Amino acid sequence: MNIETFKYDNKIVRAFAIATIVWGIVGMSVGLLAATQLFWPAANLDLQFTTFGRIRPLHTNAVIFAFVGNGMFAGIYYSLQRLCKARLFSDSLSWINFWGWNLIIVAAAVTLPLGLTTSKEYAELEWPIDIAIAAVWVVFCVNLFGTIFQRRERHLYVAIWFYIATAVTVAMLHIFNSLAIPAGWFKSYSIYAGVQDALVQWWYGHNAVAFFLTTPYLGLMYYYLPKAANRPVFSYRLSIVHFWGLIFIYIWAGPHHLLYTALPDWAQSLGMVFSVMLVAPSWGGMLNGLLTLRGAWDKVRQDPMLKFMVAAVTAYGMATLEGPTLAIKSVNSLSHYTDWTIGHVHTGALGWNGFLTFSVLYWLIPRLYRTNLYSVKLANYHFWIGLLGMMFYVIPMYVNGVTQGLMWKQFTAEGFMQYPNFLETVLRLVPMYVMRAIGGSLFIAGVILMAYNLYKTAKAGQFLAEEEAQAAPLTAAEDKKPQKLHRLLEARPVTFTALAFVAVVIGGLVEIVPLYLIKENVPTIASVKPYTPLELLGRDIYIREGCVGCHSQMVRPFRSETERYGEYSKAGEYIYDHPFLWGSKRTGPDLHRVGGKYPDAWHYNHMDSPSSVSPGSIMPRYPWLLTQKLDTAPLASRIAALRKTGVPYPAGFEQTAQADLQKQAAKIVANLKTGMVEAPPDREIIALIAYLQRLGTDIKTEAQPAPAKTN
Amino acid sequence: MSVILILVLASLSLAGLFLAAFVWAVRSGQFDDTQTPSLRVLTEDGPSSLPLAGKPGPETITKHEHRNI
Repeated sequence: MNIETFKYDNKIVRAFAIATIVWGIVGMSVGLLAATQLFWPAANLDLQFTTFGRIRPLHTNAVIFAFVGNGMFAGIYYSLQRLCKARLFSDSLSWINFWGWNLIIVAAAVTLPLGLTTSKEYAELEWPIDIAIAAVWVVFCVNLFGTIFQRRERHLYVAIWFYIATAVTVAMLHIFNSLAIPAGWFKSYSIYAGVQDALVQWWYGHNAVAFFLTTPYLGLMYYYLPKAANRPVFSYRLSIVHFWGLIFIYIWAGPHHLLYTALPDWAQSLGMVFSVMLVAPSWGGMLNGLLTLRGAWDKVRQDPMLKFMVAAVTAYGMATLEGPTLAIKSVNSLSHYTDWTIGHVHTGALGWNGFLTFSVLYWLIPRLYRTNLYSVKLANYHFWIGLLGMMFYVIPMYVNGVTQGLMWKQFTAEGFMQYPNFLETVLRLVPMYVMRAIGGSLFIAGVILMAYNLYKTAKAGQFLAEEEAQAAPLTAAEDKKPQKLHRLLEARPVTFTALAFVAVVIGGLVEIVPLYLIKENVPTIASVKPYTPLELLGRDIYIREGCVGCHSQMVRPFRSETERYGEYSKAGEYIYDHPFLWGSKRTGPDLHRVGGKYPDAWHYNHMDSPSSVSPGSIMPRYPWLLTQKLDTAPLASRIAALRKTGVPYPAGFEQTAQADLQKQAAKIVANLKTGMVEAPPDREIIALIAYLQRLGTDIKTEAQPAPAKTN
Repeated sequence: MSVILILVLASLSLAGLFLAAFVWAVRSGQFDDTQTPSLRVLTEDGPSSLPLAGKPGPETITKHEHRNI
């Protein structure tokens, strides 16, 4: 047999590993800053750039795409080469992947604090960055498949299957959810409106959890766990069943994020059923991981890397049992919009993704540097501090979730709401918010310990950049298919055609999908009208400040909600909402029926200093809205962009828009005067008030002449 | 709710793609052997598999495993 000698690329693995640690510390620290503001609002330093609404997406993007993303690439690029017995397909593509991905993260770190956001959760980045993400992801895909086609090992180990599913699905999800019409360089409107946007967003959002946070990490588990324990995976057959079961079921579970909303009932039930089914493949994977250690639990005692792995897999099991539970409609009616969701997410994030990343890093760095870990003791400290941090984080969130969920729903014996003042339910949570921040701090302290430990390890060892390996190439007799595919890839015209096809499909989607959707945007409630120019700009400020992070705009059809907020929300009310702003957390009250509830001056004073209007409020101050001038220049391009998405602004509306805006602003200024507030008409606060006062009022005008019709 | 149609089509075509991959995998014998692949990952190594401090080297255990199966 002719044996080939080749080299594994360790340099790219090291680069991604370092980026993982750096972004991990950054992303978690931003999270801590956000968490601190929930019990100490002044921790925003009185700066708009560091206020909760803007840094919360920064935190989520940094930990998901920067920390887990880089960790995933490091883990995949190391294991893929060895599983395929081949060097990565192209060194240049590897480095484009690295620098491209990390530049995207830098771009996120700049744009999100500036308020440049689409406000769609986990897809907040604006369209130029979205395009860059798609391009870098395609580079990753080419590198992945190229390596697979060049492999010297016929069999594709189960981890590779998980990597493939990740690459393919994330590409599709990202493209569909990011379809938007640009209105300037860093502003765009989702082509979907209202319910449709919500559905696409959570189809994306849930599958981002599935195919960005779960499948690649399961692949890593199937590689690094057996390696570290030095035993084969418990059942290879189960791993195969686990894989196919998981990927076929996951994609349908998205609607469980929208239970009891204005989404049609059958879609909600579909999402719920598939979510419950998911527990089977998920637990199959967890058990397969844990049972791999049967008879080797003594190693868990000795090796901190395995401790992290076991805790990670256990956390995965807990989160995937809790997830289906929360997806049951009756449970969800209590848990949704509360901190329970935050607790659930962090079981997965801190436990599964965090600990598994640490585990892989503790395993990788000593091997890349051909030495032993600097201090096993420090790593053990990290484990216990991290675990403690996780407990201090997650348990207070569960307590909060159940507490607040029950308080919202509590009626007195006389049939009145027991806690009519929303703030009362928030103040009850504050001590737990402090505990959560302590937990987060512990977790970060652990990561810093790890960074030091790994730095010392690297210092003591010698980096092996090019690792030599030997293997026989695949022969045609052994297997024909990979050879054929290999040739396919080498024939450039074919590759080119394939890429061109992808480009055409994307282009076609951008053109066809909106046209198709616009038909749907025919009002089913006649009184629902597009936003006025001033309201439109106010809505854009609402998006910029990330209000959606703490306020929902979706009154669910429960008595406890209609009593508190007013008429429940209907799908037809959102047909001009590009993007939808339903939100998924109520740190503050729902705002869908806030229009007309308070005088203009109340909003003005409240935005200036929430705690002076509502004593004890944990909402941050927004003094800059009172001083910053409203930028009306982009109005025309925004109206034009919205018209393209199907909002029926009449032709020539741009010309009258400015005058219309001045008129409405003058009215609000007059209203403010009656409330003893002197304000110039050209400030951002005026636009925001216009938007807030419009919210949920469209159906009220209809309800008055014919109240019986709405139900 | 016409967007549901788009999502269902997208999800179905993805599922179709996965199904094709599954059929390919089965036909090309990827899943014929569900024993050795799980062992092979453990023995692939070159110099990068060094034992960690205070632990027995991996080689001894690997041999032991082989005898077991």
